Amino acid sequence: MGQRQFLMLCLLPLAVFTLAFLAIPLGRLILASGESEAGWAIYLKIIQTPRYVSTLVQTVVVSLAVTAAALAISTTAGLFLVRNRFVGRNTLLSILTLPLAFPGVVVGFMIILLGGRQGLVNQILPGHWVFAYSITGLFLGYLYFSIPRVLLTVMAAAEKIDPALEEAAQTLGAPQHRIVIDVLLPALSPALIAAGAIAFATAMGAFGTAFTLATDIDVLPMVIYTEFTLSANIAMASALSVILGLVTWTMLLIARSFSGGTVAAGG
Amino acid sequence: MTLTLTNIAKTFPGGVQALLPTDLEIAKGEIVSLLGPSGCGKSTLLRMIAGLETPDAGAKIVFDGEDVTRQSVETRKIGMVFQSYALFPNMSVRGNIGYGLKMQKLPKTEIEARVNEVIALCRLDGYADRAITALSGGQRQRVALARAMAPRPRVLLLDEPLSALDAALRSQLRDELALLLRQFGITAIFVTHDQNEAMAIADRVAVMSLGEVAQIGTPEALYRNPATGFVARFVGDAMPLEGRIEGDRLHLPGGILPLPGPARGSEVLVRAEDIRLDPQGPITARVETVTFLGTHYRIALSGASDTLLIALHSGLSAPQQGENVRLSIAPEALLILPKGVAA
Amino acid sequence: MKSLSKAIPLIVTLLACAFLLIPIIQSVLAGLTVNYFRGLSSGLTLKWVARVLELYSGSILLSIWIALACLVVTLILGVPAAYALARNPGRASRVLEEFISLPLAIPGLALALALLQLYGTLQGFRTSWTFILVGHVLYTLPFMVRSVLSVLAAIDLKVLEEGAASLGAGPARRFFDIVVPNALPGILAGALTVVTLSIGEFNLTWMLHTPYLKTLPVGLADSYASMRLEVASAYTLVFFVMIVPLLMAMQWASARAQRIMQ
Repeated sequence: MGQRQFLMLCLLPLAVFTLAFLAIPLGRLILASGESEAGWAIYLKIIQTPRYVSTLVQTVVVSLAVTAAALAISTTAGLFLVRNRFVGRNTLLSILTLPLAFPGVVVGFMIILLGGRQGLVNQILPGHWVFAYSITGLFLGYLYFSIPRVLLTVMAAAEKIDPALEEAAQTLGAPQHRIVIDVLLPALSPALIAAGAIAFATAMGAFGTAFTLATDIDVLPMVIYTEFTLSANIAMASALSVILGLVTWTMLLIARSFSGGTVAAGG
Repeated sequence: MTLTLTNIAKTFPGGVQALLPTDLEIAKGEIVSLLGPSGCGKSTLLRMIAGLETPDAGAKIVFDGEDVTRQSVETRKIGMVFQSYALFPNMSVRGNIGYGLKMQKLPKTEIEARVNEVIALCRLDGYADRAITALSGGQRQRVALARAMAPRPRVLLLDEPLSALDAALRSQLRDELALLLRQFGITAIFVTHDQNEAMAIADRVAVMSLGEVAQIGTPEALYRNPATGFVARFVGDAMPLEGRIEGDRLHLPGGILPLPGPARGSEVLVRAEDIRLDPQGPITARVETVTFLGTHYRIALSGASDTLLIALHSGLSAPQQGENVRLSIAPEALLILPKGVAA
Repeated sequence: MKSLSKAIPLIVTLLACAFLLIPIIQSVLAGLTVNYFRGLSSGLTLKWVARVLELYSGSILLSIWIALACLVVTLILGVPAAYALARNPGRASRVLEEFISLPLAIPGLALALALLQLYGTLQGFRTSWTFILVGHVLYTLPFMVRSVLSVLAAIDLKVLEEGAASLGAGPARRFFDIVVPNALPGILAGALTVVTLSIGEFNLTWMLHTPYLKTLPVGLADSYASMRLEVASAYTLVFFVMIVPLLMAMQWASARAQRIMQ
């Protein structure tokens, strides 16, 4: 057997699996979206139905807000952890990356423990402080799983910045905050764009968290789920899935073009 | 083993001709060097002999009467030393050296014995169980040679085996390698861009340029009787004397130089050691730099030819920079070679 | 002013840690206290954990089983494929790599819908654990391929293989003698990632599971919806005990693979 044939043989199992369980199913999903009586006009119908439009807008707004917040928090914390060595630093870092392996349902539960009816905030503050089941809860849940992902990307990029850049700025008389604005943030910007795109895509597609919080806020994954299970509107569920998939895929392509790696999506 | 290459050529996808049709015959036990600048096709030729590249249709590679042209690399029974050594980082020194024997499915005891034998020959005793990463450059080079030799290949192919080493180590290992190859008594082909390496190690040197063999011969023959200007320049650093030839006279900017005979349409070259400072010499030149090198001076001269000439001058003193001197070159020391041959 | 601007990053870092850590501590405590509403004073107990093991041990074992099966499948599919991609670093390879990475980008819900529509009517398959396995392989395979690929891309694989070939090793021998041993750090990092992600996978699994086949995270969702807070917390605690060591091992292995690549 020659080298070429052996390489083909190496690719074969993966090719068969990917064809059977990824390519054909995705093709089927796209076709299924056009199989209602509306045909391909179903995509037009989405834009004309206020409930779907408001869902889309709501999902995008929450995802954007989460992205902005996660970028702000994780960049601040990430730069702090890269630029300072102190006792307990590794502990802080471990805590901040812990939620990486948490599925969305667990994150949802974490938010219930914080802001649910029996949650910590409601117990220690006077008055009625329940926010877990609202858009605030959703925002906090998404933030919970976005912080570690953005943090890791930012820290990896920050560690690669040449320390001589900062030293050069210092010799030119720049104060600390100017160094952050003029030197560090520009050097980090590709990583920030990549991390932001990942955070946005993850928030757009997050299902487990919204499912656990059982919020009455319509976000796209929840609407797809209810269209499929409750209304059995398979074409609509498929069409919305196609839109959601296209959006998240585009975002991750952007992320990939700005930085090589991809941090685990999910949530 | 005798090796016969007939009509061997390589055109890469995209149409680049790395090697023009070439014939080459190598005798049993002979060490041949393929010498040339990068891109001359020497590595491609070696890789085709190994079976790592496929030659264009019509080629024939014969090992001892057996046509191996269609055989894959793993069945050709060759030994190869790679430029980067390609030692397996996941195996010890012993594991690397024994790998080819393992592929031949030899009994364990025989593998052990033959590995030990090669380890002793290559002076690697005491390193057998080390990791590859724990070896110095010179030791790695010897492991690579031992690994290639352990399976007793029909021919040993070496691709720039010394170029990964630093300069001092390189010249030391050059002589060591020459000795080892002679001890093994193996037919070997050795690719290098360094003329000193080629001349120190090889019985015959094939000088290559622009995808073909310009000349093949013993180091001495190449030096004394280069067939082309390229060979003269590459082996022994000959310098062109650029001027107008009239009969048996060469008119240079610095004077008229007698030639050994009429040389119309030829190129005239000279080696640094043949240029003599001679107050009665026919050529004038200006001294640009003088470098003292212990056994001799190296003098750069302008004005004699269009380009700088280098002369090697032994003696107790040398002219000063800026001084005008006279030069002579014995007519029989000049290299009169056909002009306009690309190679 | 100067000390304040220095303190802000520290405060943000600590607040972020508190935000992430406090609910984890809460859930650990809630899972171990007799009555969460009366607080720790009601005493510590393992009865909720015992109750979880009694109720959900099937789910936990199913998750472990699927994670291991997923590991085996991703090894068989992913390692040889990563090798083939590493040896043919052309445009076609990039496209294929991008394509198998789609499950990272497309939400699990959409993938599950796609699988359900094509195979949902295939009864023997739809109701078997292998249906969930397919979803998990789909989701974890890109991590295995990329992890192995990045290690293989960092070593001079072509020359090492030429060395082995010149010594008489055929393609399959070279794969097992040279490629796999040198890719081991990447395989290890990929394997730990696959197991960690498989055990925690919910989005696909929720759509693909049947009432008789519940994985750990599906059971978690179940307990959050229908069990008292202590049981839900104890179950989460069991999950943490499984996933946190895996996560740490995964991070250690990835860092190690990256070090080796440099």
